[in-house]
Amino acid sequence: METQVITEPNIAIDPLVSPALITLDHVHKIYQMGDVEIHALRAVSLHIDRGEFVAIMGASGSGKSTTMNILGCLDKPTRGHYFLDGQDVSTLSRDELADIRNRKIGFVFQGFNLLSRTSALENVELPMLYLGIKTAERLERATEALGIVGLSERIHNMPNQLSGGQQQRVAIARSLVNDPSIILADEPTGNLDSRTSVEVMDVFQRLNEERGITIALVTHEPDIAQYARRVIVFKDGRIKNDYMVKQPRSAREELESLPPIEDDEEDDE
Amino acid sequence: MNILLTFKVALRALSRNKLRSSLTMLGIIIGVGAVIANLAIGQGASAQIQSQIANLGNNMLYVMSGSMNTGGMRGGAGSSNTLIPEDADAIERECPSVKMVSPGVRANGQLVFGNQNWVASSQIQGTNEKFPDIRLWPVSTGEFFTEGDVRTAARVCVIGKTVADNLFAGTDPVGLTMRIRNLPFRVIGVLTTKGQNQYGQDQDDTVIVPYTTAQKKMLSITHINQIMVSAISPAATFTAEKQITELLRQRHKMGPNQENDFFVRNLTDVAEAADQSSKIFINLLASIASVSLLVGGIGIMNIMLVSVTERTREIGIRMAIGARSKAIRRQFLIESVTLSVVGGVIGIAVGVAASIIISKWLTWPTLISPVSIFASVIFSVLVGVGFGYYPARKAAGLDPIDALRYE
Repeated sequence: METQVITEPNIAIDPLVSPALITLDHVHKIYQMGDVEIHALRAVSLHIDRGEFVAIMGASGSGKSTTMNILGCLDKPTRGHYFLDGQDVSTLSRDELADIRNRKIGFVFQGFNLLSRTSALENVELPMLYLGIKTAERLERATEALGIVGLSERIHNMPNQLSGGQQQRVAIARSLVNDPSIILADEPTGNLDSRTSVEVMDVFQRLNEERGITIALVTHEPDIAQYARRVIVFKDGRIKNDYMVKQPRSAREELESLPPIEDDEEDDE
Repeated sequence: MNILLTFKVALRALSRNKLRSSLTMLGIIIGVGAVIANLAIGQGASAQIQSQIANLGNNMLYVMSGSMNTGGMRGGAGSSNTLIPEDADAIERECPSVKMVSPGVRANGQLVFGNQNWVASSQIQGTNEKFPDIRLWPVSTGEFFTEGDVRTAARVCVIGKTVADNLFAGTDPVGLTMRIRNLPFRVIGVLTTKGQNQYGQDQDDTVIVPYTTAQKKMLSITHINQIMVSAISPAATFTAEKQITELLRQRHKMGPNQENDFFVRNLTDVAEAADQSSKIFINLLASIASVSLLVGGIGIMNIMLVSVTERTREIGIRMAIGARSKAIRRQFLIESVTLSVVGGVIGIAVGVAASIIISKWLTWPTLISPVSIFASVIFSVLVGVGFGYYPARKAAGLDPIDALRYE
């Protein structure tokens, strides 16, 4: 694997000067497990600019999930600062973090995490419900988002009537419907077969290239990481490696080279 | 996020699991239904007793002559001749708690009209013109006899509905002449239907004549059997009882150690005791029913708690995509309130239906009061909020990361 190593300068960053979308400034995360302190992150500093497609890699326990939780405003750093869109979110309250998640962050999970017995459309509408958007606009935007991920035909299907790949695309539509600053995808292909994984990566790549949406993707599969343009590798709570991918894989080209499959077959899964 | 949207979210969540929702509601449905039906039974019984009280007359007391006790022979109440019409006049004149009185004379005998004959089970009663006001028993056709009829011992009578039906079979008896104990009497009125008294006796099977007529022309007596007294108010029946006793003892010249030669029977007293016991009955039924409502409420809490655990992941998803704690808490609270209120409304319908079935099949009187319906609705809301609050708070307090990871 030919990679270019960029050494991260571990110095304090001025978020007001920095144009970065995301800035982690010496972030520590310490979990208290009974009497034992677990140092999950040790002085992690990191920038992600607008329009980047970043893969975050690392073994389990490396700190990548913790980083993801902090980036997603689900968790707060024990020490250090996290600037999102120039705003220090490490000091916000629970409710303020909920609002940030609602407006600025889109989540895609390994297990899809759609509401069961709820149509694709209603699932995609959900983030807008919490933003208080009117019914007509909700419907329009949800339909549009489902169109972007190629599910216009299946907006009224329930999750159990959709294949894994389709469910993940509904989740992606849900993540982008509030026009977030960043989409965070946590092992989005972990539950998918290889072909469907490529399809999902194709959706991410299109969103990134055609719409300039910033994407951070956690994965432990090096293959998947190669669809991103930048890879950050965690080890023992520190960033071990941070490099640009010289020639990212193109999901679209790979899909074209694969033998075609009838779309309907996915329904049997 | 506004209330309306939270409502929508909660309703969607409920409709997603219809079986669970309806089972949860079942507890409240049964509880509210039981309360409504039980109160309807209790209040129906109470209303029946109330109407019986009204049936008894206008705050009525009876004064009966005492038992005969001469030479070792003892008779029942009313068998002695101690009461005279003047006693009745004195009671009306001298007892401040008394509004009206009527002397009463009882007789038996055959009634004849044409080729029909009849023996009235409720006897031939001699009264004065105040009878309709004291017994609250007006005539339906014709009129009641007057003071003049009483003074002149006129041979006129007013008959009950049963007598009219049996003796006159369809023709209007007013103006016709019938025979009572072989004496001709002109029928001047027919009483309204009164039905059974509380002992099951048909009160409409009776003939009323002026007491003077009964005394002089039928029985050749000068005493009377009883005095009907109407007190000025229900509460005054007790003082009236005392005043009458005192007055009659004085009039009958009774020594301090002598037993009364008359009885005063306060009917309101008896009726009120019956009413009291029916109220206790209502309270008992209501408290038993409330227990089932409480159990229903605990059922809601139970299901909501299970639901919070079962839907931990859903809560995590909602939090991840930006639901504030308050929105989650509201959602679960609205869910439980919706369950309990919808259950309450269905329960009211079930309770009303049950009361109707009970009154039809068991022929028990039931009475559905708006108060019990209103109270059930309020109680359902309280159950929803009260038993939904803890599960809702538990849901809102979940950590989004743990909730998302929950399997």
